[in-house]
Amino acid sequence: MNLKVNGVEKTIAASSPTISELLVLEKVEMPEYVSVQINGAFAQSKDFGTSRVAENDEVDFLYFMGGGSR
Amino acid sequence: MLTIRKSIADAIIAHARAASPLEACGYLAGKDGQIVRFFPLKNVDQSAEHFSFDPAEQFSVIRAIRSDGLTAAAVVHSHPNTPARPSQEDLRLARDPNISYVIVSLAGSEPVVKSFRIRDCQATPEDIVVSREQT
Repeated sequence: MNLKVNGVEKTIAASSPTISELLVLEKVEMPEYVSVQINGAFAQSKDFGTSRVAENDEVDFLYFMGGGSR
Repeated sequence: MLTIRKSIADAIIAHARAASPLEACGYLAGKDGQIVRFFPLKNVDQSAEHFSFDPAEQFSVIRAIRSDGLTAAAVVHSHPNTPARPSQEDLRLARDPNISYVIVSLAGSEPVVKSFRIRDCQATPEDIVVSREQT
C-alpha cells in the first residue's frame, strides 16, 4: 500500500497495518515515546494498537522532546 | 560534527538570553551537513529547570523544515544556571538517537554551546564548527 510517512512517499508491503505495526516497520526504536498524526490529526496513543492506516494516508511521527537542567 | 553558521549560533544564544531565567528550546535545521536555520519553539513547561516541546507546534515546525528542503538536525535547549552538559533528565528524555542535542549554558560570564549525541542514556560530545560562510 502507498503512504506518505514523515513527508516521504513510500510503498509498504503490509496492508492497512495498525499504527503500532507501522512504527515497527519504520524501525521506531521507542514507539511508546512518539506522537503520531494521521492526515494532520493526532492519534491517541491508546489507539495505536487498533487504529489502522489507509491507502494514501499521510502519517507523521515525532519523538517527544523534553529535558531539563537538573 | 555539527557545523553551524555564526548567525545561527548567535541566534540560539540570543533566544536563550531572552527566555532566561526560563529554559529556551528549539530545533536546528540543516542541509548538506550544515545548520542553516534555527526554529525557536515554546517551552510549554515555562520552567527554569525543564523544557518540553508542544507536540502540535513540533509537528508544524517539522513540516516547515521539510518544506524548506531541510532536515531537523538538532534539538537545542538552554541551561540558564548550570553547565552545558546533559542533565540526568536530558539523558533520560533523549529518545531520538538520530539527532544532535545542543545545550546553551548561561551559567558563566560568557555563554557556552556544546553538542552531544545521546543513545541509551549515554552522551557522546561532538565538535561544533562555527562557520562564517554564507552558502
